[in-house]
Amino acid sequence: MYESTDHDFSFQLRLHQILSPSVSITTLPFHKTFHPTGIMIKLFKVKEKQRELAENSNGKPPVKKQSAGELRLHKDISELNLPKTCSISFPNGKDDLMDFEVTIRPDDGYYLGGTFTFTFQISSIYPHEAPKVKCKTKVYHPNIDLDGNVCLNILREDWKPVLNINTIIYGLYHLFTEPNHEDPLNREAAAVLRDNPKMFESNVRRAMAGGYVGQTFFTRCI
Amino acid sequence: MASRSRDLDKLLLRPGHLVGPSFEPGTQLRDDLQEYVRILVVGAGGLGCELLKDLALSGFRNLEVIDMDRIEVSNLNRQFLFRLEDVGEPKAQVAAKRVMERVSGVNIVPHFCRIEEKELEFYSEFSIIVLGLDSIEARSYINAVACGFLEYDSNDEPLEETVKPMVDGGTEGFKGHARVILPGMTPCFECTIWLFPPQVKFPLCTLAETPRTAAHCIEYAHLIKWDEVHSGKSFDPDNPQHMQWVYSEAVKRAQLFGIPGVTYTLTQGVVKNIIPAIASTNAIVSATCALETLKIASGCSKTLSNYLTYNGVEGLHTKVTEFVRDKDCLVCGPGIFMELETSVTLKMFIDQLEDHPKLLMSGASVTVRGKNLYMAAPPLLEEMTRSNLGLPLFELMDKSPTGIVHVTGTAGKGDKRQSCLRKLRVAFKADGIADTDMAGGG
Repeated sequence: MYESTDHDFSFQLRLHQILSPSVSITTLPFHKTFHPTGIMIKLFKVKEKQRELAENSNGKPPVKKQSAGELRLHKDISELNLPKTCSISFPNGKDDLMDFEVTIRPDDGYYLGGTFTFTFQISSIYPHEAPKVKCKTKVYHPNIDLDGNVCLNILREDWKPVLNINTIIYGLYHLFTEPNHEDPLNREAAAVLRDNPKMFESNVRRAMAGGYVGQTFFTRCI
Repeated sequence: MASRSRDLDKLLLRPGHLVGPSFEPGTQLRDDLQEYVRILVVGAGGLGCELLKDLALSGFRNLEVIDMDRIEVSNLNRQFLFRLEDVGEPKAQVAAKRVMERVSGVNIVPHFCRIEEKELEFYSEFSIIVLGLDSIEARSYINAVACGFLEYDSNDEPLEETVKPMVDGGTEGFKGHARVILPGMTPCFECTIWLFPPQVKFPLCTLAETPRTAAHCIEYAHLIKWDEVHSGKSFDPDNPQHMQWVYSEAVKRAQLFGIPGVTYTLTQGVVKNIIPAIASTNAIVSATCALETLKIASGCSKTLSNYLTYNGVEGLHTKVTEFVRDKDCLVCGPGIFMELETSVTLKMFIDQLEDHPKLLMSGASVTVRGKNLYMAAPPLLEEMTRSNLGLPLFELMDKSPTGIVHVTGTAGKGDKRQSCLRKLRVAFKADGIADTDMAGGG
């Protein structure tokens, strides 16, 4: 974004800008001559215009538009193609898509039969920033810690604006069908998965049914 | 007064070959600048202080400044309007007071609040908005507000009187930028948001298990340890006690793993994304912005076109790049113009999109000003919005004669079909008579 060039900095920065041949509004794509002085007169008119507009639309003042982030999220949501194991809900109604919940019921693997809910928080500069996702359900899982933090690469270091809500939900679903001990947030669970898969399986079942694994109590989620 | 405006007079009182075509030099112009032009400075920090000084000394008399923060000791190395005894006071108020003390005749109205707290009419009153902000979110917001005033005529050309010029400055250490944004003419902030590099995020598991750097230790304390110990209480980066807690936890973690380099300054930097600020960068960028503001308001020269970058890391380098607008920009683009009868239902509208030559969109979802009129998916939302399909779009849009509608669906033909999100400019005609006055605001 910030690049250095070969020319030396002229001490008279201002003069340099005025004299530089690249300074020309008339080369804009619209091929429309911009009248800088005209703008002054027009600027006063802007005020009239806004007042006029406000009066025209039933006396209502200009209304706030949606942020670009909300619009992009609207697109992602309207294109959701979820498997039957995943469902979505909007606690704040159909007009607030920025905070929602996704529930996953794995139909395969160690977590078969369990119900796990995630909260999604989308920022106004989505998709420049990844959604903030946390697990609401307390779960015994090598990649999800006891506070609900989720270790999923596309939520952090591998997030790209070209990804969307669908990809995240699929990524979360994969955590349950293929938990991995190589990116542990819950070290003990990861170690058990690695060294003793049978015990891992029974730990998961006990946690989902409601019970203790080690010192931690898990509420029933099956 | 004549000697005071000696330098300004060189720009305003005489013609030249670099001026705009309808530039009219003279004392009338100089007086008009003082009397009629109203400038809003957003931010009263590093750039804001410099901007207020520069603009006041450039002959503007009606300035306003908005900033939600209070003065801190760390500001004092560059936010020169503030003194030690001002710490704790609102920045906007102190900045306004100091500049008014030093530049006679200028009037600066301070606003100690968040930019989101102001009504849109507040922003519409200004001739030019100058930004001295420090975040993407804030710029995105102001950009959306300013571009929201933009109207287009039936040829998809911007109506000049609805163009709200912005001059945006930013600095980071030895680097900075200044850009001129004329909505509808130059790229807006959203048009070029792809310029930003992705934010640095560490994998959570690295933080939890295998930290290697001081930043890892800090982020561990910030993102993971905080919740463990203070579950429920959210971390406030502006609370010095919270920051101190994170710092001491980071130190413990670093000692555990034998990682050097955790300092309080680095902790602030990592947690708040702060890079130490330098007075000269702010001065240079702000001067550029003030000059562009003067050019726009007076026409005394063509403005820079349209993005200047400054790099002072080794030597001093500047470059101006002419970025182009994104014609499909959701924020500043004209969108596609559609004229509809007031009797058209939402369902009829959605069907029309399939055959519209510029859209060819099927399975559309429709949203207007935050209200989701119809969602094609997921099934839950489809059910909740299905009842709107039979209602007239005119009524769903609160009977406003014109409006912006966003639609998303699958567009294109054959194997070029892909999902897309489009902006539409909708105008309603009552009783079958096209009312072009309402359509373009002519």
